[in-house]
Amino acid sequence: MSGFFKTILDMLPSVLMIVSPILIAAVGGMISEKSGVVNIALEGLMGIGAFAAAATHVLLESQTGLSIPIALLIATVAGMAFALIHAFASITLRADQVVSGTGINLLSLGITVFLCQIIFHQERTEPFRLGMLPGWGGIYPTAWIALVVLILAWYFLYKRPVGLRLRACGEHPQAAASAGINVVKIRYMAVLISGALAGLAGASLVLTQTIQYTVYTINGAGFIALAAVSFGRWLPKGILGSSMLFGTSVALAIYMVNIPSLRVLPSEFFSVMPYIITLVTLVIFSGKDYAPRAAGQPFDKGRS
Amino acid sequence: MPVNAIEMIDITKIFPGVVANDRVRFEVLDGEIHALLGENGAGKSTLMSILFGLYESDSGTIKIRGKEVRIRSPNDATNLKIGMVHQHFKLVHNFTVTENIILGLEPRKGSGNVDLAGAEKRVAELSARYGLAVDPRDKIENITVGMQQRVEILKILYRDADILIFDEPTAVLTPQEIDELLEILRRLRSEGKTIVLITHKLREIKEVADRCTVLRRGKYIGTVQVANATESELAEMMVGRTVSFRIDKKPCQPGELVLKIDNLTVIGSKGVPSVRGLSLDVRAGEVVGVAGVDGNGQSELIAAIAGLLPVKSGTIYLKDKNVTSSKIRDRIQAGIGLVPEDRHKHGLVLDFRLDENLILKSFRKSPYSNRWGFLDFDATARHAEDLIAQFDIRAGSGPATPAKSMSGGNQQKAVIAREIDLSPDLLVVAQPTRGLDVGAIEYIHRRIIEERDKGRAVLLVSFELDEILNLCDRIAAVSKGSVVGVLTAEEADERKIGAMMAGVGAQRAGEQNNEEGGAHVR
Amino acid sequence: MSARSSVSLQDRILDKFTSSDALVSVVVVILGFLVGTILVAVVGRDPGGMYSAITQVLTGWDLRRGVWNARYIGEWLVVSMPLILCGLSMAFAARTGLFNIGAEGQYIVGLTAAQFVALYGPPIPVLHWVLAVLAALLAGAVWGGIVGILKAKYSVSEVVATIMLNYVAFFSSRFLTMLIPGANTYRTPNFPTTALLDSPFLQSLTNGSRLNDGLWLTLLSVLFFWVVIGRTRLGFSLRATGLNKEAARYAGINVNSGITTAMAISGAFAALAGAIVALGAFTYGRVLGGQDGYGFNGIAVALVGNSTAWGTALSGLLFGMLTSAQPLMQSRQIPKEITSIIMGLVVVFISLRGGVRMLLEWRMKELARKGRVSE
Repeated sequence: MSGFFKTILDMLPSVLMIVSPILIAAVGGMISEKSGVVNIALEGLMGIGAFAAAATHVLLESQTGLSIPIALLIATVAGMAFALIHAFASITLRADQVVSGTGINLLSLGITVFLCQIIFHQERTEPFRLGMLPGWGGIYPTAWIALVVLILAWYFLYKRPVGLRLRACGEHPQAAASAGINVVKIRYMAVLISGALAGLAGASLVLTQTIQYTVYTINGAGFIALAAVSFGRWLPKGILGSSMLFGTSVALAIYMVNIPSLRVLPSEFFSVMPYIITLVTLVIFSGKDYAPRAAGQPFDKGRS
Repeated sequence: MPVNAIEMIDITKIFPGVVANDRVRFEVLDGEIHALLGENGAGKSTLMSILFGLYESDSGTIKIRGKEVRIRSPNDATNLKIGMVHQHFKLVHNFTVTENIILGLEPRKGSGNVDLAGAEKRVAELSARYGLAVDPRDKIENITVGMQQRVEILKILYRDADILIFDEPTAVLTPQEIDELLEILRRLRSEGKTIVLITHKLREIKEVADRCTVLRRGKYIGTVQVANATESELAEMMVGRTVSFRIDKKPCQPGELVLKIDNLTVIGSKGVPSVRGLSLDVRAGEVVGVAGVDGNGQSELIAAIAGLLPVKSGTIYLKDKNVTSSKIRDRIQAGIGLVPEDRHKHGLVLDFRLDENLILKSFRKSPYSNRWGFLDFDATARHAEDLIAQFDIRAGSGPATPAKSMSGGNQQKAVIAREIDLSPDLLVVAQPTRGLDVGAIEYIHRRIIEERDKGRAVLLVSFELDEILNLCDRIAAVSKGSVVGVLTAEEADERKIGAMMAGVGAQRAGEQNNEEGGAHVR
Repeated sequence: MSARSSVSLQDRILDKFTSSDALVSVVVVILGFLVGTILVAVVGRDPGGMYSAITQVLTGWDLRRGVWNARYIGEWLVVSMPLILCGLSMAFAARTGLFNIGAEGQYIVGLTAAQFVALYGPPIPVLHWVLAVLAALLAGAVWGGIVGILKAKYSVSEVVATIMLNYVAFFSSRFLTMLIPGANTYRTPNFPTTALLDSPFLQSLTNGSRLNDGLWLTLLSVLFFWVVIGRTRLGFSLRATGLNKEAARYAGINVNSGITTAMAISGAFAALAGAIVALGAFTYGRVLGGQDGYGFNGIAVALVGNSTAWGTALSGLLFGMLTSAQPLMQSRQIPKEITSIIMGLVVVFISLRGGVRMLLEWRMKELARKGRVSE
């Protein structure tokens, strides 16, 4: 029995490795939605980030020891740039946020592989030799990054004036506007931050869990992050818990081979688990009542 | 030498198709309570929106404290120490009172963080100084409407407003809360504030205003000293003719019992009962009115009758049929017609055509669809033409007119036409004339009386006491989810009903009824 | 400064533009192509190759070699069919106010069900493939219906639910298909020929392409969509639900069962696409290695087609054209992902339509307000 628990403990660094990208992306999703903009494009933005990081790293790794931090930076910027499209469409042009987000997801798949073809002449990036290395306790740096991101988000949302204003924009933008707040500016900022974080999340994923970027790299992690936001009731503490839950089920899927008692079940069972768990939690905890009230509605200055 | 706090000179504002303000003059003395009186559409809200920077006038000048200014946005107005308490509150439901007040002007600690504790102290100080009792830590969603309004007032006081504009502030308050608000206005005046009160409630003007400016159809009519003017003089200025407050109608001849609600309890959206032990009867050939301030369970009552909300306990009988848990479609079949409060949200599918909306409840039946489930477009169009003629519905392209392009009055006529066309035994009408012009209101009132004379049972729910007093044969006043008292048309007047609406009624009404020799609380 | 007609020509054009849905779709597609062309040029490839590939696929005419081959037209139709059906799937749900992006999963269950009946069903001509198609329809209806129930009863967003079910479908399909005796990690034994949808007539007409009887099924589906949505009681109640759920409920329409029915029918359309691909384009069952992608591309198809029957059909043909031109493009040094990029752009542009309309209305009001004021 103790062997079982020891295996679980040994798995902890791997679980954290998988949870980190989900948590980072979920923080981004939370910030965006709390300002009133639904960001379905997390999946696509993570893809952009993953591609950017993989490509940057493989091209630079033989030239500099800093290729991983640079890759993370480029991925963050790339995510932000693409989120600008979603921001412009949803905020300035008042587009249907779900549709424009879906468009970005489609676009991201296309653009990333397109660029792979141009740069690497194949439908994936060249595998890099060495990804991010685990540090103390076998835990990857991305786990610490995720924790810092979460704490910073909490701090800015709940302790700083800008956070109060951002939350007002997501609940009752007319109230914020009549208090003199520039709702448009705040929402742009929130969406760009969520894009940056999604890009960072994608980079974290590709640099810790695999050796290259392909169309299968993200594989629903962005949507799992979205579900984590909802299940976590749009609160920092909540999404920490929900990301841990979802991440653990994804980890189980990969590492069940290490647990003899679970090997009788087919591998597809575990592959499917994270998605089923997400679905079940959505049903049991349909958290619609906790969503920011104005999320998804374009801000109409003319209406009072 | 009294100073003018506000001077608006020759203000003109034109919207497509309507002259909202036509060379309007408006002067307010420093430190007075000045009422701005007019019917719906007279231009008072527009004028004040210009003062508050929500619109810019097409021509004219504004002087604040003697200096000419341009007010291009609410920020400009706030900088000029002008504040506005809107009719629809702009409060974030899950923020606290303090957070709502400081939003946009947050006090900061040395570190740059929000100084919430300091803010709460200041809010408490302000609230004590002006007699606006609120708890700085309460969440908006947990406080009453009256308290929410006080938070709105605190918002503008926090920004050092000297000139306070109130837009129809009593529309959402109970009579007791109204008295409290009027007291607050007097207190603000004694602290040196200048107050503009936009309203069409004559009694309140008489109670608290110093002077009153009347607008009619966008034009300035005159300014009077309130102490020297009677209510009927004010009414005449407002409407332009002597106002008769009653419709002519035949005496009521009630027939069989059509609607019987017995001890009904319905849980509202907040998880607590909104309707508590409510009992009510409506007979054929009579109009029964439900009078009360918004939020006392009327919406839930209607929803329960319609079948949209489940009933916790109690029964609803339509004639001899128990419809308490029937499906909506079955209730429609059983003979309940419903004209909902919000015609855009619940009454019409705006993206549908007029004829499609008119068969919204009957599309399943022949002749609108046949045995195989296919729709008959010709029959639908003919039906629409018939109703257009009967109810005088103005629709630019006839049956094919998109509902969203019709005016509010005609949209409401369409909903009423559809419901009456179903020949329901019970017609439930909620807020039927909200937002409509005088012509449409007259038509709809006439129509309701017509249906009552044809022998239908009509249940009218309205927040306009005038409408209730005008149309109803019996009036049930509700407060906090139950019927406090029922008066007949002869017995009823505004004061009695107002008292009952405030919940004062139960014993007093009983006493009064006893004096007049006949008590029935059913 | 203060113009007499303060509504500018630009505004009037935009107004005309946004009020005609068909026009918007056309312009959006052109814009998408434009950007795609620029992108191709920017990375140093010849955009002409893109267009000659497309022409070849549409007409069969190879401009470079001057030869004509009907097979390209056939292949164009082969690829268009599942796109049209997946488009119909999303469109049908959209008319009811639902955003069903689970066509991919519904496609997979349809494909899997069809494969199973193909291998285990009675080898009787015609009856065999009919049963396979029916099994697919049923599977899709169930898969879609689940989402409908989740939405109606538990208010679960169909956006996230369908995506989760896509993955569940994918992994379950792999697992189940590999259970078939004689199957390996990528295919099963051959189908009996009675299960196939192939059509010698159509094949000969198009010089040996894979065009099959799925063509008629697709046409029937488009007709079915058009009739049901526009001319039946069910369509009326679904449209009412989609346009104003609350008013529909007030009118006695059973919104919950409507949502479930719509999702079931929507799922069936996508499942039919899966069946047609399984039985028309292949002669053996596949263990899916990845997602075929018709389901996702169906989203773009429905949006461009404005969720109408014939719009979706046309738009499906358009995207089919792009997709079937991919191998040709690849051979002309143009990465085939350009088509996904164009489709993604088109979806983003379309999402702007409603917004541009709202913006315009606001601007019109603002102009009317500020009308005669000299700023």
